[in-house]
Amino acid sequence: MHVAVYLPLLFPLPAALLARPVGERLPPRPATWLLTVGALVLAAAGTAALGMLAVTGLIRIPLLARLSHHHWSVLAAQHHDPASLSTALLAGTLAAAVTLLAGRMLWLRARTLAEAASEAACLPGNDQLVVLDDPAAEAYAIPGRPGRIVISTGMLDALDPIEHQVLLAHERAHLSQRHHLFVACAQLAAAANPLLRPLAHAVGYTVERWADETAGAAVGDRARVARAIGKAAIASRRTADQPGRRLPAAVLGFLGRLRPAPLPGPVPRRVTALLAPVPRRPAWPALVLGALALAAAACALEAGLDLDALLDLVKRAATGHGAH
Amino acid sequence: MSMGVPEPAPPEGRAKGELEAAILAALHQAAPTALTPGEVQRRLAGPLAYTTVVTTLSRLQGKGLLSREKRGRAYAYTPVADESGLAARQMRKVLDGRSDRAAVLTHFVDELSDDDEELLRRLLDLGS
Repeated sequence: MHVAVYLPLLFPLPAALLARPVGERLPPRPATWLLTVGALVLAAAGTAALGMLAVTGLIRIPLLARLSHHHWSVLAAQHHDPASLSTALLAGTLAAAVTLLAGRMLWLRARTLAEAASEAACLPGNDQLVVLDDPAAEAYAIPGRPGRIVISTGMLDALDPIEHQVLLAHERAHLSQRHHLFVACAQLAAAANPLLRPLAHAVGYTVERWADETAGAAVGDRARVARAIGKAAIASRRTADQPGRRLPAAVLGFLGRLRPAPLPGPVPRRVTALLAPVPRRPAWPALVLGALALAAAACALEAGLDLDALLDLVKRAATGHGAH
Repeated sequence: MSMGVPEPAPPEGRAKGELEAAILAALHQAAPTALTPGEVQRRLAGPLAYTTVVTTLSRLQGKGLLSREKRGRAYAYTPVADESGLAARQMRKVLDGRSDRAAVLTHFVDELSDDDEELLRRLLDLGS
């Protein structure tokens, strides 16, 4: 085991710093793909590295070797493996914790998605759109087969007919482009490695941007989309201010509020992005993030080959063939 | 408590919301038949002034919850959303408590801070 096994554990740090620039400077669709796949690759490489370190620890334990009828040589393992036993134990504990956390997140999300799908099926009517008689202005999409779009009468009142089209196009984009799956994958990565949370947070933002740009293309006017978002956000704040009412938590409530107070929130950032020209060229943060993910995968692969060679060696040492 | 109060005071605050709910429920029960204010008044428990019922019905109609049609000299009202729509709303309120659920729904807009709203108004020239 060489330095290659430790590198995938370090790459999430620079990746976390790049998450926000990538989300802001890349067009939303490639940004969503890059952040989601990048987060998954980094999480998988890190988890694999922890697992491999743990295995190198296990094969150094004489008791385990005895239990397996000396299937491998402990002496050879101790001689050839530079990772210390305490490192391996720590890695093993972390690998177990990571697997548990990611498994728990997957289970919860699968259950919530199934509930959402049954709720979408139970909503009244056969149309994709459901109007709720609720003075609080809100609108959201529920993924399902088929997904549904829920809009309150309060939200309809706050917007003009073209803005209704914007809102519908935005929510339809969420459903047809399956944005909830991108968010779930990125959050799975963040559950396995908390250092990747900024990437998951950025995906929550880029899927909104993606839906905004799809709506802009649908109505042929991006500034109109900006205005609709601004009016809707202010209306939902006004109507949610009534005592006893609470707006459902925003997307990514699962990870808590990561937004520092003095920075503009996602809504003004979306509006600003729509009022500016469409970003076209890949920005350097995207290239660096992509390179980090590739490097993490390569390091994990290299470490895997190293481990394979080590296991081969200690087995041969045990059987006496080709032991050095 | 004297028995013969001629005209109850117009309902305020919470009582107003309860009256709206009671009237909506009566209209949902009668749907698809539309009800005039007089018919609504007769279906509600407790003494209620005719004018209070008319005011509440027109307020609900103004909110887009009721549609109305001319019947004789009065309007007859029907609810816009059906009972299952109300049930869906109740169900959603219960499920909103689950934090994981928020990550599954994709809301059109996130919550705003004071600074956010100020910034939005400047960006979009919305006035205040």
